[in-house]
Amino acid sequence: MTTEPTPLVELADVSKYYGNIRALEGVSLEVNAGEISCVLGDNGAGKSTLIKIVAGLHRHDAGTFRIEGEEVTLANPRDALDRGIATVYQDLAVVPLMPVWRNFFLGSEPTKGKGPLKRLDVELMRTTTREALLRMGIDLRDVDQPIGTLSGGERQCVAIARAVHFGAKVLVLDEPTAALGVKQSGVVLKYVAAARDEGLGVVLITHNPHHAYLVGDRFVLLKRGVMAASHTKDSVTLDELTRQMAGGSELEDLRHELERPTGT
Amino acid sequence: MSSTAPPSNGVDHVDERLLRTTPLKKLLARPELGSVVGAIAVFAFFAVVADSFLKPSSLGTVLYAASTIGIMAVPVALLMIGGEFDLSAGVLVTSSALISSMFSYQMTANVWVGVGVSLLVTLAIGVFNGFMLTRTKLPSFIITLGTFLMLTGLNLGLTKLISGTVSTKSVADMEGFPSARKLFASEATIGGVEFKVTILWWLGLVALATWILLRTRFGNWIFAVGGGADAARAVGVPVHRTKIGLYMGVAFCAWISGQHLLFSFDVVQSGEGVGNELIYIIAAVIGGCLITGGYGSAIGSAVGALIFGMTSKGIVYAEWNPDWFKFFLGAMLLLATLLNAWIRKRVEATK
Repeated sequence: MTTEPTPLVELADVSKYYGNIRALEGVSLEVNAGEISCVLGDNGAGKSTLIKIVAGLHRHDAGTFRIEGEEVTLANPRDALDRGIATVYQDLAVVPLMPVWRNFFLGSEPTKGKGPLKRLDVELMRTTTREALLRMGIDLRDVDQPIGTLSGGERQCVAIARAVHFGAKVLVLDEPTAALGVKQSGVVLKYVAAARDEGLGVVLITHNPHHAYLVGDRFVLLKRGVMAASHTKDSVTLDELTRQMAGGSELEDLRHELERPTGT
Repeated sequence: MSSTAPPSNGVDHVDERLLRTTPLKKLLARPELGSVVGAIAVFAFFAVVADSFLKPSSLGTVLYAASTIGIMAVPVALLMIGGEFDLSAGVLVTSSALISSMFSYQMTANVWVGVGVSLLVTLAIGVFNGFMLTRTKLPSFIITLGTFLMLTGLNLGLTKLISGTVSTKSVADMEGFPSARKLFASEATIGGVEFKVTILWWLGLVALATWILLRTRFGNWIFAVGGGADAARAVGVPVHRTKIGLYMGVAFCAWISGQHLLFSFDVVQSGEGVGNELIYIIAAVIGGCLITGGYGSAIGSAVGALIFGMTSKGIVYAEWNPDWFKFFLGAMLLLATLLNAWIRKRVEATK
């Protein structure tokens, strides 16, 4: 399966233990430029552990983690960021009370002037924010509004646009559609695809096989900390993915149970 | 709501969807607005009920009262925007004055040495507050309550131990006293009205704090650590250093206030300052700072301090019982907090 030149990120047989708890064992994942790799799994399947390893929050205990062919052990999130891996968490993306443009540049603010007159380049920040968002196809009413006034989907999109703007090569998205409605999810997926088209490698963490199948090129299924399946898009159908994700026969049972009262 | 509209073609064009925000609503979103309305109301009220309130000489008195609170309300507001409290701010002013006075008197002949030592020690106490907070991750309420009590005890205990009484010896006849007094506690007469130098310090600090808050990276970080510390950390903001810096800001202003205290009265009472920390916090809150952090302004804290000055002196000019002052304060605080809560709801509810 791994015949691509050099994947941006490659995990091979990666394991993680918390004391005597096996959080993750023998998981492999490949992320290529211009592709979306989906990590699917139910709650507690080890999705967050995987994301934390890639984002540099945790170190893996076994297996190999390669970034552009080079084997690494990330020390902290800053390290991951410096290597071009940007992570957009579900809740950690933005500071709600701050304007969009301040959020966009938070932590990497451009300045002008020298000495005591060194100050934020507000004009540059405003126009760049607006342009970077437009390039991703996000047309914001007003970059001065607090980011908390945006909808959940819009906020995710700003966070994605931010990662793209600051030159991320790999974008890790932690359940970007989990708390969103159908329409909103569609919008976010559109921007995920836009990031892919900019040449980024994307890791999309989700428990929704429908969303994953819409945009994904590769699929890794986690179950109770181990890799239950690994597919490429042409080797699996949506039905098959959904069935595997929901646990096959368990879903059949559930369907029968749920169908009876309605009489259909 | 979601942006499915076609991308606009120009950057400077006015988006038709912006019509929803009327200028009035934009004004309402300013953190200082509530306090400005309050200040006008308080001014109008005392202008009517107290005849001498509108006299030019009253202006100097009111501004002086406002400035002594305002100098401390500025850093306390910044700290509050950064999401933390400092309950030790009130007694820290007294500590700073005591250190300056006693070090000069016991160790040297020149007050400026004491002033310098006091600056270093006061800043160190600020660093201690910030360091303890970021290291232990305990609420700042607890940490600074501890510092508050320790400083209160140290102020009284050490002063008694060294001077034998509850107040320090006078430094009025020492070398450097006239120049130090000029810097920290002089007054100038402009158009027959006497203005204290603290008013200049106050306005200077407000301008500086506003500049820092709105136009520097550090200011951006202050808003961020108060509004969402985890998000800030995730994008690389040095959360701990920002908070320690804010506590040093409080300490620096406590040093200015402390030196003013010392050089306007020559002696320092060691039991002073208790309770002032709440006054600073109230001024900041009236000025629009959210008690939960992430929102507020330095100018707002100045307006809050001005309301304090007008109310405390206005009641005197109206020849009322000063007990009413506390009632006004309480009502003011309640109204301001309600207004802030309403603003926050407007900002956050439309998620």
